[in-house]
Amino acid sequence: MSLKDTFSPFSAWRKVFEKPVTIKDPISERPGADRYRGFHKNDITSCIGCGTCETICENEAIDMVPVEGVETKDGDSGLRPRVDYGRCCWCGLCVDICTTGSLSLTNAYTWVEEDPEKYRYTPGVDEKPWDNEEKGWKKPEPNYEFYNLNRVTMEHLHPEERSDSFVEMVKGYSKEQAEKEADRCVECGICTATCPAHMGIPEYIKAIRNDDLEEGLRILYDTNPLPEICGRICTHKCETVCTLGQRGEALSIRWLKRYIADQNPSEKYKKILNSGFLKKNGKKIAIIGSGPSGLSAAHYLALMGYTCTIFEKLAKAGGMMRFGIPEYRLPYDQIDKDISYIESLGVDIKYNTTVGVDITLEELGEKHDAVFSGTGLHLGRSTRIEGSDHKNVYQSIDLLRDITLGKEVPLTEDIIVIGGGNVAMDITRSLARLQKQKYGKAGIIATSLETEDKMPADREEVLEAREEDATVNPGWAPQRIEIENDKIKGLHVAQCYSLFDDEGKFNPQCNMDNLQFFEGSMVVESIGQGMDLSYLSEDLKHELEIDKRGRIKVNENFQSGLPWLFLGGDIIQGPDVIHGIANGHKAAKGIDEFLFEKQKDTPKT
Amino acid sequence: MSNTNYSWKNNRSLFPEADETGKLVVDLDSQKYIKVWQGPNHPGVTGNMSLELTVSGDEVVEAKTHVGYLHRGFEKLFERRRYIQCFPTCIRMCVPEPDTNEYNLARGTELLGGIEVPEMANWLRMIALEMARLQVLLRMVPGQAGTMGLGLPSQWGLYYRELILDRFEELTGGRIYHMYILPGGVRGLLPAGFKKRLEENLVKIESFMKDVDRVIYANTVFKKRTKGIGIIPADWIDPYGVTGPVARAAGYERDVRKDYPYLYYDQLDFGVNVEHESDVFARFLVRRKDVDTTIDLLRQIMSKMPDKGDIKAETPNVLHWKIPRGETLVRCESSRGEYIFYLVADGSMYPRRINLRGPSYAHAVTLLEKLLINANISDVSSIMVSLATCPPEIER
Repeated sequence: MSLKDTFSPFSAWRKVFEKPVTIKDPISERPGADRYRGFHKNDITSCIGCGTCETICENEAIDMVPVEGVETKDGDSGLRPRVDYGRCCWCGLCVDICTTGSLSLTNAYTWVEEDPEKYRYTPGVDEKPWDNEEKGWKKPEPNYEFYNLNRVTMEHLHPEERSDSFVEMVKGYSKEQAEKEADRCVECGICTATCPAHMGIPEYIKAIRNDDLEEGLRILYDTNPLPEICGRICTHKCETVCTLGQRGEALSIRWLKRYIADQNPSEKYKKILNSGFLKKNGKKIAIIGSGPSGLSAAHYLALMGYTCTIFEKLAKAGGMMRFGIPEYRLPYDQIDKDISYIESLGVDIKYNTTVGVDITLEELGEKHDAVFSGTGLHLGRSTRIEGSDHKNVYQSIDLLRDITLGKEVPLTEDIIVIGGGNVAMDITRSLARLQKQKYGKAGIIATSLETEDKMPADREEVLEAREEDATVNPGWAPQRIEIENDKIKGLHVAQCYSLFDDEGKFNPQCNMDNLQFFEGSMVVESIGQGMDLSYLSEDLKHELEIDKRGRIKVNENFQSGLPWLFLGGDIIQGPDVIHGIANGHKAAKGIDEFLFEKQKDTPKT
Repeated sequence: MSNTNYSWKNNRSLFPEADETGKLVVDLDSQKYIKVWQGPNHPGVTGNMSLELTVSGDEVVEAKTHVGYLHRGFEKLFERRRYIQCFPTCIRMCVPEPDTNEYNLARGTELLGGIEVPEMANWLRMIALEMARLQVLLRMVPGQAGTMGLGLPSQWGLYYRELILDRFEELTGGRIYHMYILPGGVRGLLPAGFKKRLEENLVKIESFMKDVDRVIYANTVFKKRTKGIGIIPADWIDPYGVTGPVARAAGYERDVRKDYPYLYYDQLDFGVNVEHESDVFARFLVRRKDVDTTIDLLRQIMSKMPDKGDIKAETPNVLHWKIPRGETLVRCESSRGEYIFYLVADGSMYPRRINLRGPSYAHAVTLLEKLLINANISDVSSIMVSLATCPPEIER
């Protein structure tokens, strides 16, 4: 110990003359750092209530609650996160994973309230002083994601390989690809709410992650008896609303469904789905049409013990799925796989039987306990422009049916297709394939009223059609078909700038100064389909309620004014496969309920 | 008060006899002894932990450590949380230096899950870990004087620690719970101007450490109260599992950063600070030198790290990230010593077991009980702090 050690500590007195380092009012003089994790802020207009914040919160501080002024709709659960500051630890994981990017934390330091209840609040709904504060914790940048934003690319046949054949063009996922894609799901369930059939999408995707495809198949069949078909051509409303699509690419839900169905061999279906023995209840149901709604109703009714007979007009089952959708999108063997399973449940399909011709609806009603009709939209609509009555003007739906039936289809080297929907793309691409087979090159042009960005067809359909050398030229209103010497020369069109009037009625407006002429020797109309209800006799029609647009009114169980007649599918809702499946399922439950009630009311003899 | 009294085997006539099992027979009715409880809340105890002291006069004859005031069951909670959810929880296992928990959890998860962390993220992790060490040392070095009533420098130290916390707030969004190092990477690049501001802070801290030297190091009272106090014989170091500055003060050249280099510590130039006396003063000196080393390391990291780069590796979706079956042991050098996480994964979304083996458990439970025998009651806090006792880490 030296003398220095005795005196040196007194140097501390020096500090008396220094300026104090403390700040008198630190909160106002020194704002929080730019990234400070303070209190929650939520942009409730961009939030869709997916609840991923609630899932990741390790303290269970977040609850999804209904909020006034936010409607539950497709793609929005109507719920918004409510934070409980008695539990929150301000880790900010909710912000980092937020699928829409609506959630953030502000850099506010303190908040004092007398009422402890106020510390449980809904950011963005309950007004707070920091609502307009821009600084604070936001999702870190760059390349900082808690899940993959990009979907696993689905491999397609190269345009050169596919453009002259009807081989299925989508190759399907491998195990690794499917598991990687399934891993992206955040299990919010927005898809389930939107799907017309309310399929358990997060559950079957979880089954893929767990590599338990048998469980996956069971989940699929809970709500959808046509997974091979839906896994290929479903309109995938689930993907449209998928929350991953908010900042990245939506999950490939459709391809994942197909993966489950593809991987399970049809021989094992009965064992996996435990449908080997079904107890019959002795009641008979007649089903008109073997489209998605009819098959779906038959499947669920058969599981409930009903003896179902499907009456099909054509020689093969599947309805529009087989006769409307080209083989390159939906191969026939896959349709057969789904349908043969339904047949194996004891469902009898009577082919080449037209109700209203071979047997009347009244007879069916008498012979069966109930009748379900899903006859679909099989009548093509005409544009009714000048020249559309020419013999070389065809309906797309007739041509598609003939292609499936293997009939000779009329073909020329230059074809014009009128229509911008998926059916128009189907016929365009099918005819382009046939042209390539016959002439070695495609010469087809598809035109529609709608402009490119408003075309009802799926975007990929348009792009793929172009890859296959078809021309898609949208935004034109057909005026008249030029006919010379009884031969079609082409189609006169005018630029269409508006489709609907102020009241929202369909009323296309054309700019007659901007005209064009598409050359061609054959015209195919594909502007929508109508229903053929000729099997309903006048007496029956009298008893049914029919609205202005010609649709038969049904209740929530798809039961019509005639208690024994149930209707579903495209003639009621849609038009698409998944609505048909959902209708068929609901109607099956409705029929069961109806017959149970009827039996209860019948006095026992 | 003579230092020569502080030895285990001196004349023990004043002290209680031991029975055949070696346990002391303390007859409180003899009025020779008093039981004193230090803690669970006490300014000299760095957390909620109790010492049950039996004193004869002002000399401790028996000490028992009592934990249980801070048990939150984190290791059990982990078993019901996804890996990503463990990350905001694990930091609470050592409140003063949370970053080592974050790093160990992240590293263990990455090793088991086969994730390669981007280079930039590793440099940022080093910045965070060294800043955490510095802020702890700024509390502990002047705080050592605080335990013997020399409270002024420890108050000064708190201000300089706040400067580092300001940088943490800027970098991580939090002052105490940084939640910065997460499985796969880190949660942000350095903000603009960060290096400049940190350098300014380091200069200030260096000048402050000169004050610390003048007021604590060159201080007769401090030396008298620390030299020869709480000596850990060198041959106790391994049996008791002593690591970190406490082992280094006993002449052991031990530092995980050197012995089992992790991150990019092998690319940095630094030495291991060693003393030999193994008393409270030697431990103070080792930590005092560690401050300089840490400041030097921070400067080296800032000059060597790249300006840009990815902060996070691509991981599976964190909501259902299944870690393949396996086990791993990860370690890093915390300010208190070797900090170990043992992780067992069973192939599910949840860890099967995450076990922490921290230095405080070894230092402050068994070793402390032994060290306090024959110590003066007024030195108990001093010895406890010199062992870097962190009760939250003992109990989890």
